[in-house]
Amino acid sequence: MSEDQTDEMKSPEEFPEENTSIESSSSDDQLGRRPGWGRRELFRALASVPVFGALAYGVWRKTSSGDEKRRKIFEELGVTGDAPAVIPEAISNPPSEKLRLGVVGYGGRGQAVMRGAGFAPTEWTDRQAEAARRNPRNQTFDTWMGQHDLNLELTSVCDLFDVYAERGLSASTNSTRPGNREQQLAKRYRTYEELLDSGNVDLIICATPDHWHSRVTMAAAERGIHVYCEKCLTRTEQEAHEVIAAIREAGIVFQLGHQNRQNEAHMKAKEICEKNILGPITLVETTTNRNDPVGAWVYAIHPEANPQTIDWAQYEAASPNPTDFSAERFFRWRCWFDYGTGLAGDLLSHEYDAVNQILDLGIPASAVASGGVYFYKDGRDVPDTFQVVYEYPERNLTLIYSATLSNGRGRGKVLMGHDASMEVGNGVTVIAEGQSTRYEHLIDERVIDPSDPLLTYRPGFRGIDAVTTATEQYFASRGLLFTYRGGRRFDPTHLHVKEWVGAIRNGGTTSCNVDRAFEEAITCHMATESYLRGRKVTWDPVTKMIV
Amino acid sequence: MGNGSTDTTYSRFQLTSLVALRMLIGWHLLYEGIAKILNPYWTSAGYLQASQGPFADWFVGLATNPARLGLVDALNKWGLILIGAALLLGSMTRLAAFFGTLLLLLYYLANPPLLGLESAIPAEGSYLFVNKVLIEMIAMLVLLFFPTSHLIGLDRLKLREHSNE
Repeated sequence: MSEDQTDEMKSPEEFPEENTSIESSSSDDQLGRRPGWGRRELFRALASVPVFGALAYGVWRKTSSGDEKRRKIFEELGVTGDAPAVIPEAISNPPSEKLRLGVVGYGGRGQAVMRGAGFAPTEWTDRQAEAARRNPRNQTFDTWMGQHDLNLELTSVCDLFDVYAERGLSASTNSTRPGNREQQLAKRYRTYEELLDSGNVDLIICATPDHWHSRVTMAAAERGIHVYCEKCLTRTEQEAHEVIAAIREAGIVFQLGHQNRQNEAHMKAKEICEKNILGPITLVETTTNRNDPVGAWVYAIHPEANPQTIDWAQYEAASPNPTDFSAERFFRWRCWFDYGTGLAGDLLSHEYDAVNQILDLGIPASAVASGGVYFYKDGRDVPDTFQVVYEYPERNLTLIYSATLSNGRGRGKVLMGHDASMEVGNGVTVIAEGQSTRYEHLIDERVIDPSDPLLTYRPGFRGIDAVTTATEQYFASRGLLFTYRGGRRFDPTHLHVKEWVGAIRNGGTTSCNVDRAFEEAITCHMATESYLRGRKVTWDPVTKMIV
Repeated sequence: MGNGSTDTTYSRFQLTSLVALRMLIGWHLLYEGIAKILNPYWTSAGYLQASQGPFADWFVGLATNPARLGLVDALNKWGLILIGAALLLGSMTRLAAFFGTLLLLLYYLANPPLLGLESAIPAEGSYLFVNKVLIEMIAMLVLLFFPTSHLIGLDRLKLREHSNE
């Protein structure tokens, strides 16, 4: 308090406000006695203390009744309030040896996976650094630079488009990267066979269009080179059988590119299901809703794309129906069955793998799919509206996938049990069922309110995120763009690559290994086969064939 | 600092109203602070991130750095508790009202109900320029310039000590 303020604090007796009816002890003073602590005086000074006490009591009551509810709920659920998701550490030892990395297919997804490995061309790092300067909400660059240095050397690049290949070479020498280490210029190879035969690589990332996945992976496996392959594992069922056999025989470390495996929320969701908090789950609904051209794979065609800059003959060599040069078919390959399987392999595969991660479903007994090209009449042959129903009679469960590329309504991923429903995205929300048998007594006691979440889990709660485009929003809501470790934001693709590299160095398996990859491929192909054959298909577990 | 003169004469009803206003605002802020302390997951990040209007960049900037966000969170929580307790108990209320006004001004500026801005933060009403934060801020100014703690509140004890010296 400043001096003049203290001076202002005159004794109450000096205040002429005594027309308030609250009497003071001034009458005592007037009698010449020392000012004392009369009861009225104390009452005025301490008048608000009971109010303070009332607040304290209210807070205590409120928190203790809340604590009691929480205790009862957690007791019933068999979980503790602060139980964190079990987060496997990808690399237990610091990277002690450098591994030589090659990339086959350095297009959009290839560049993203390579960023997960710690490599990006200067044009990307410059653009992201500038974006971060302009918009403090944009954390892409910081998150990337904060990745772990995996101690890899990018030695080899193979892409059929000159511009992408050059970009890959630029990434090899860009020292603006996690760890800031400089390295030698990588070498470009015209074919994946040349790259694999160079003796220059220990491990490769394969991010070609789907029609090349099995050939590249099998060739690498035969040479003992470890593979990280993008989803969908293959374009056809036959290829899936062949590539799985090759990987198993070679014993290489394989990772399929379902980065959702690294999502903290999915791990928590798995824990919740393992504790049977939802009761018997009979229906799982997964969805895709996107409503912009990029979300429907109408990607930009690079201005320098032409028959001179693209090795079209090689691109078409793995296609069942080779055509003349088409930049559309090169950049927007997801729109044709010649190169991929549309929604099935591209987005259903993520949804299925997430549910497979949470519930260990395996291959379904049957699949029925339908849909059509209802909105994007741009010459594509894969459906833009696609619905699939999978049956798991042994698990007493139906899995539904429902998708449209011309509506952006958020429907999420919901697991429906008799006792509770769980919505899984970048977080987890569990809501009790009003008619639950298990929670009936707690609902009656009003400990559980079925209109409020029973449990919520939001990873990385203490931080903010910015996602820019509609398609990014879609991926972010599914935990495919970023996740958290110990409150720190990470790109799950980075964690997925890190897990793979860790398994190569230290042994062990990957979370989306050859078995999970086979389940993913067959499940997706069952949907495609059902759609193309126009009937229900089943999985024969004896002959291991789709019939 | 507001030189709310202590020689103001209050009628009984004026004093009662002012003290009630002081205690209720104190209660409100104190409980807001306590609730944040009790919730281990509370952070101001969401509020800052949703910031709109002319100062949005500055507020968003506060939330982007974890260390800065930690400081903002701590200042906010403990600021609310100290300001609330001071107003409720009637001690150092001018200081409290001054910082309380400042804090509420920051809340207002982070999400002002301006024309053309659709706030991402759900409000329980419809506002145009004036919202409850602004009203509470002006009420805080009233407390700054019409002090009562020397009449009803712990400050009265201090005055007694002075007058005993």
